[in-house]
Amino acid sequence: MKFTIDWLKEHLDTQKKDNELIEKLTDIGLEVESFENLSSGLDSFKVAKIINAEPHPNADRLRICDVDIGLDNTVKVVCGAPNAKKDLLTVYAGPGSIIPKNNIKLTISKIRGVTSYGMLCSESELNLSDESDGITELKTTKYSDKIGENFFKNKNEKVVDLSITPNRPDCLGVRGIARDLAAAGAGKLKNISNKNIKKNGSQKIKVSITKEKNQGCSVFGSCLITGVTNKESPKWLKEKIISLGQKPISAVVDITNYVMLDLNRPLHAYDADKIDKEIIVRNSKKSETFEALDNKEYKLGDDMCVISDKSGVLGLGGIIGGTRSGTEINTKNILLESAYFIPRSIRKTSKLLNIDTDAKFRFERGIDPQSIKLGLSKAAELISEICGGKISNFDIQQTDKHENNKIEFNISLFEKITGFKINDNEIIKILNDLGFEVSKKKLELDLKIPTWRPDITQPIDIVEEIVRIKGYENIKTLEPEKTKIKDTLNKQQKLFHFLQRSVASKGYFETVTWSFTDSKINKIFKENLKEIKIVNPISSDLDVLRNSIFTNLTFYLKKNLDRGFKDISLFEIGPIFKGSKPGEQLTVIGAIKSGKISRLNWNEKDRIVDVFDVKRDVIQTLVEAGYDRKSFFVRDKSPSYYHPGKSGSVYLDRDEIDPVAYFGEIHPNILKKLDIKTEGLVGFEIYLDYLRQNKIKLKDQKSNFEYSDYQKSERDFAFVVDKNFKAQDLIEIISSIDKNLIRSIKIFDIYEGENIPHDKKSIALNVTIQSSEKTLEDIDLEKINKLIISTVETKSGGKIRS
Amino acid sequence: MSDIKKIKDDYLNKLDSDLNIESVNQIKTELFGKNGKISNSFKTLGSMPNDERKKFASDLNSIKDELQNKILSKIQEIETKEINSKLENEKVDVTLPEREFNQGKIHPVSQVIDEISSIFSEIGFSVEEGPDIENEHYNFTALNTPDNHPARDMHDTFYLDNNKELLLRTHTSPVQVRTMLKGKPPFKIIAPGRTYRSDSDQTHSPMFHQVEGLHIDKDINMGHLKGCLNYFIKSFFEVDKIKMRFRPSHFPFTEPSAEVDIGYEIKDGKIVIGEGDKWLEILGCGMVHPNVLKNVKVNPDKYQGYAFGIGIDRLGMLKYGINDLRAFFETDYRWLNHFGFDPLDVPSNYRGLSR
Repeated sequence: MKFTIDWLKEHLDTQKKDNELIEKLTDIGLEVESFENLSSGLDSFKVAKIINAEPHPNADRLRICDVDIGLDNTVKVVCGAPNAKKDLLTVYAGPGSIIPKNNIKLTISKIRGVTSYGMLCSESELNLSDESDGITELKTTKYSDKIGENFFKNKNEKVVDLSITPNRPDCLGVRGIARDLAAAGAGKLKNISNKNIKKNGSQKIKVSITKEKNQGCSVFGSCLITGVTNKESPKWLKEKIISLGQKPISAVVDITNYVMLDLNRPLHAYDADKIDKEIIVRNSKKSETFEALDNKEYKLGDDMCVISDKSGVLGLGGIIGGTRSGTEINTKNILLESAYFIPRSIRKTSKLLNIDTDAKFRFERGIDPQSIKLGLSKAAELISEICGGKISNFDIQQTDKHENNKIEFNISLFEKITGFKINDNEIIKILNDLGFEVSKKKLELDLKIPTWRPDITQPIDIVEEIVRIKGYENIKTLEPEKTKIKDTLNKQQKLFHFLQRSVASKGYFETVTWSFTDSKINKIFKENLKEIKIVNPISSDLDVLRNSIFTNLTFYLKKNLDRGFKDISLFEIGPIFKGSKPGEQLTVIGAIKSGKISRLNWNEKDRIVDVFDVKRDVIQTLVEAGYDRKSFFVRDKSPSYYHPGKSGSVYLDRDEIDPVAYFGEIHPNILKKLDIKTEGLVGFEIYLDYLRQNKIKLKDQKSNFEYSDYQKSERDFAFVVDKNFKAQDLIEIISSIDKNLIRSIKIFDIYEGENIPHDKKSIALNVTIQSSEKTLEDIDLEKINKLIISTVETKSGGKIRS
Repeated sequence: MSDIKKIKDDYLNKLDSDLNIESVNQIKTELFGKNGKISNSFKTLGSMPNDERKKFASDLNSIKDELQNKILSKIQEIETKEINSKLENEKVDVTLPEREFNQGKIHPVSQVIDEISSIFSEIGFSVEEGPDIENEHYNFTALNTPDNHPARDMHDTFYLDNNKELLLRTHTSPVQVRTMLKGKPPFKIIAPGRTYRSDSDQTHSPMFHQVEGLHIDKDINMGHLKGCLNYFIKSFFEVDKIKMRFRPSHFPFTEPSAEVDIGYEIKDGKIVIGEGDKWLEILGCGMVHPNVLKNVKVNPDKYQGYAFGIGIDRLGMLKYGINDLRAFFETDYRWLNHFGFDPLDVPSNYRGLSR
């Protein structure tokens, strides 16, 4: 909402300075977006004096003038006017100026070989008069001491731009803003001058509102103004319209706009001669069409509120008029409409047809239904003043009386909500100033709500009005009380924060990427999950919700590789989506690692990242989160975007149904498809929702500390087993032989090749044996050795390597 | 006696000279070997008269100890010397780079969420979460924003179906609704999380982060709201004083509503929070609208309280001098490295929010 301070002062009697008013506006909830000088573009026109004028060497009729524009040096201007002579006071326009008459922008230019810096202007060029025979001659008496000053005096044309919240339609008119300021003590609201306009005869065009379901209009007021001469608006009106950045059109249109901006009372003017017999306000029927003032043809649906005549639709009530009945410069008779349209209906229709107009913006927020006559009077008065014509009596059709709402307000609610008290008289004064009718009972106020405040429906709204006008600075700052109702984080949240930092501590950079992604990349990683489309994506390559963390991670990995980075470790913790309903999402950690370990390192040989790097990271992360490494179970199954032979899934326990994590090399085909150029790419994912919670707290988990001081022995074994036989199973076989004696098992070599059949491999391991009861004798050790060999051979089908 | 005294003096002298380990061993043999001088002296003990023997034995023992100690210390001396001279040749250039350690990083958004949670934890708030996908009811209607309300236009919503039933939450406020529906008052929660609006330019990203706050009890008023936010802002920016301004505003789900500005100034091209005469809007808040309480089956005549919503990314930008919001989500390795935090740097109220 834009307005000038001058305009505001037409409604507000105030001694406050501009900046005080601006501050006050902010204080009462009318947020000031900007307060700036209207850029008139006229600041570059200066009072100037010709110091010297010489004939142009190459043109008889041109002169080269040295012009004093109040600066240290004079400027050279080439001028063709016969009256350009020494000592003349005139108007100078510098380069960059826009000449009011023809809107031409001046540049520094050469005129017949001589450079001219700007121009000396005629009255006609300045739109001051039609005088175009020579440059402006200013009176010495008045201007001799003003050389260098702006020729056009800057009137107080500073424009305030307010951001009006949707609950305050009343402040979409200058008067509403003035009323709020007055209530807040910034001045006095002036009365609206109520000239008694002369009205003659009845309004001859019949108007009717059709009563029906989903009716969009409840009041339709009109008057006929006959015998007008539509023309350009007078200067004051034009300036008002221009000051708000709008374009003057014709007096009639400008007047309706002016009344709308002034009082927030939208009006519509019809060319009465173009109306076929009568006005019928009704709901549209499907497929009706009309051409609107924006020159578009609209096809209507059911139940849109239209203004029609015998021939069909004239306009969409409260949204936009039609071309068929629009006023033009030669319009003679005008039907002026001032109506109340129901916000819900306006909103629905404009959404469906995708139309946004000033009128729609106001009607959907709620226009004062009791301002029908005021609007008609004000506009009719101005039209007859400017364009002449006779005004008919007003015709008001209404299906709803729109009486004032009433609220019973318990005064104590104010203190209960705001925490501070103000006295009853002050409350009453504030409410009165805002237009409420107040009658005081003992502890309550009976309030009659002004009809321009559709936002006020219940007592809490009254609290806001009072505290807003009184000032939020009166609210005390109370020390926060620290009582806690619940733990800050629940277990799942603790796990989230823990895992996040755990992964980061392993050298990964955390990133945050969008929850949506490119469906083309998403397809690669979505497996059997449903694609979830966004109906109105921000761009076609962010068109679906992500089914996997890897979609965005690989995308951004590529970007970083393209920037020249090679060894990249990235992770994100966040949602992936399984479906389009609330809650159909999982919290997942996704991490990827590219390139090499120890690249360009003086003391370590470099190597390409591999599956065991990420296996370490995923296992260690789970261990740090408190899960027991000993019961982890790894399977070689993983989603299809992993390398089929170099990836796996982690289960907290052999019996668990859902894996808690995947890890492995990313499938080489995907690298090719996404054009990712790196020596190696591995990654892992952890599904937080599948990580079961440790039921017992750590303080109860620790068993008694027992240790053995008896000597321990180590034995090495090598077994030749089938190539597909899993190391995990071998360890499981051995450790379950005697849980008391076998303390640890370490695999220290895997061998395939010479001396081993091609479908076999050799696994070498080191077993630590220790008793907690005694030092083991050779015979005991021999026994357990034999047992290990025989058990492994039986259970694995392998052979001890001799 | 004088014999063994002489042996002692001779050998102590010898041992004082510059010897190698072999010479010391040679001396050892000469003294304590099978036919060593000291060993032989002990052998003479048996043939001595009783009265002499005792004295001699005592002298001999002390000479033996003295010589043995001397030999031992000589050996140590030689060994130390040898080790030292060996180490002399083992010198490495310790200015060569250390073995690689890959330092990971925590994203500023995560760090700021942890900071916020830590601060609110101190004054008794707990953390709640809600789904990223919401239905129209939780995101709007239950929050007193019916579908014909122009306030819906303030949110550019991403929809997941043509009926506009399912959407990406435009704010964290639906968590208020979910929290109150599943529990009983009092409520004292914050809810940080991702939020979405179909808006993208220098200062808007289609995804951003908010933290919602909600405190409902029997007598929570606007003074508590002011106190809570004042405490939060001071703690977050780690300043003793903060200039704060509450401005009336409008949100459908709070009444009265306010927007909060904090004072700042630009010093040496950097933003300084808490001083200066410029204002920066950082959050929206207000008293929870009675209609919202009714919608979640809380009796507005018995319970009241406040709610607020803060832009997390923006807070982080202000605190850590980050200029471009969009960079948060662009995964530039250099940016992550520069603005990211050490994972061990966990914000907490006893250790301090930030280093």
